Amino acid sequence: MSGLASGPAAAGTAEGTGRSTAEGTRAPVRAGRAPAGQRLNPPRRAGTAWLFSAPFLLVFGLMYALPLLAGLVMGFTDMRSTDARNPFAVNFVGLDNFQRLFQDEVMRRAAANTLFFVVATTPLTIALGLLAAMLLNSGITRLRTFFRLGYYLPYVTSIIGIAVAWRLLLDPQAGLVNDLLRAVGVDGPAWLLDERTALGSLVVMTAWRNFGFDMVVFLAALQSVPRELYEAADVDGAGAWARFRSITVPMLRPALLFCGVYSAAGFTQFLEEPLVMTKGGPLNSTLSASLAIYNKFGSGDYGYGAAAATILFTVIAAFSAAQFRWLRPRT
Amino acid sequence: MRNAGRLRAAGLYAALAIGLVFVAGPFVWTLLGSFKSDAEIRQEPPTFLPLRWITGNYAALFERMDVVTVTLNSAVVAVIVVASNLLFCSMVAYALTKLPFAAGRAVFGLVLLQMMVPAIVLLIPQFVTVASLGLADTYAGIVLPGLVTPLGVFLMRQFMADIPDELVHAARVDGSGEFRIFFRIVLPLCKPVLATLGLITFMGSWNAFVWPAVVAQRKEMYTLPVALASLSGRETVHYGLLLAGVIVVITPVLLLFVFLQRYFVQGVATAGLK
Repeated sequence: MSGLASGPAAAGTAEGTGRSTAEGTRAPVRAGRAPAGQRLNPPRRAGTAWLFSAPFLLVFGLMYALPLLAGLVMGFTDMRSTDARNPFAVNFVGLDNFQRLFQDEVMRRAAANTLFFVVATTPLTIALGLLAAMLLNSGITRLRTFFRLGYYLPYVTSIIGIAVAWRLLLDPQAGLVNDLLRAVGVDGPAWLLDERTALGSLVVMTAWRNFGFDMVVFLAALQSVPRELYEAADVDGAGAWARFRSITVPMLRPALLFCGVYSAAGFTQFLEEPLVMTKGGPLNSTLSASLAIYNKFGSGDYGYGAAAATILFTVIAAFSAAQFRWLRPRT
Repeated sequence: MRNAGRLRAAGLYAALAIGLVFVAGPFVWTLLGSFKSDAEIRQEPPTFLPLRWITGNYAALFERMDVVTVTLNSAVVAVIVVASNLLFCSMVAYALTKLPFAAGRAVFGLVLLQMMVPAIVLLIPQFVTVASLGLADTYAGIVLPGLVTPLGVFLMRQFMADIPDELVHAARVDGSGEFRIFFRIVLPLCKPVLATLGLITFMGSWNAFVWPAVVAQRKEMYTLPVALASLSGRETVHYGLLLAGVIVVITPVLLLFVFLQRYFVQGVATAGLK
């Protein structure tokens, strides 16, 4: 779920927030305008428009709008799993859940872990993606598709499959990683079993899995950078670093923005990796915010979990909006 | 000059190849390991190719996990989700781009809102909703939230906006109804983007974990990733078995991707850059 299902989330963030904060700098959205259809009996076709939208509106209402509102309300109640079949028989407890949250050591740890994870993984993923894209875009022609395909594979693979495989790869005795380290005389750590290395291992694994996506976005963006810019820079005697800083990075600004917001929004929700690989351990060192909420769901503490989810949603929304303010194109 | 160019190319290919070893290494290790005995997986120093190729891990996997049932579950869920997205996302996109729709902007706003809400925020209330409807532990419950994905609406809208309005208008002048125009004229033009959308939703559905894990309560309703995660939670010694499980889960999507990758890349580029 963290791969594709959260992918759209960030794409949406990009478009949605971009419109509200950078109005006028983007092409106007064309939705809802159909000049060709405005003359021939519009009232009947307006009805048709609602009919065509009905499946989406039904699913949205039942599975998104209603649950979103219910979740907001639930955070102020003492709802437990035993109330699930009779959701209206719960008591309102005001701000109790939220007060408990801010004093909950485990939740605080989860928030700190999530912050570290996002701050470490986002730039690492972008850097790897940019490096791969620039290597592929540096004039080579043979095997280009082959390498691009290979680098993209982890991103389309089931996160559960990857998590199970990596748990074994990082096994202190039987895993490939420590086998290779031993071959060069290094005694590798216990990775996922050591609280000092567990979260870092997840950071590297996640960057490994996701950089192919950023690479594809950067490749598309690099192809639209005019070659003349680089030729002019060559004439001026600019070195590789100067060209990268003064041409590549500014020209890739929209792509960098998209990948930054997209990745950060996705990584803030990381859940499957610790769930399958560490169960949040050792000593809560890999417990993420989403996993902590998931655990509240597992233990039946719905009201408390919903309150935590409300806080997480608020943070993600504020964070995405802030990223757009800082990073939007300067015009 | 020519030599410098060759040297540069050689360096580039070397860097790309080293990168590929890091990316593909874990996959190769998993595939080869699934044909090794547990003793060999633990052996020091490690072997690359299996000393003796065994299929016992796969046989054990079929014993410990009802592979046929859970694969069938994954397939049923994926087929429903893909078919529903192809049809319903296109319908919304048609309403948004080709019909006079005063509320179109508002509807598209809801699409964007749905994209923004993190899955974990909805998990508990969505489950309560599904349970209240009596749909816990059913296919209907598993597919319900994914029937019309916002990414799908987004992709289809992007594509349909570029189909000339004159085409639709001409058909109207000829007296065609909207459903006829939609199915006979617009959808056939959308084949490439429908392929992209079908592939993306298939992959999303096949790889989905958290929601199916929550809704499916009996083992007979598990999808492949749910069954593998459950096996991995119980199994701490028999590594070959788990590696075989990983191969069974990841192979269908990887094959599909390798053969149809250009549709994926188009989708990413469309979603990311427009």
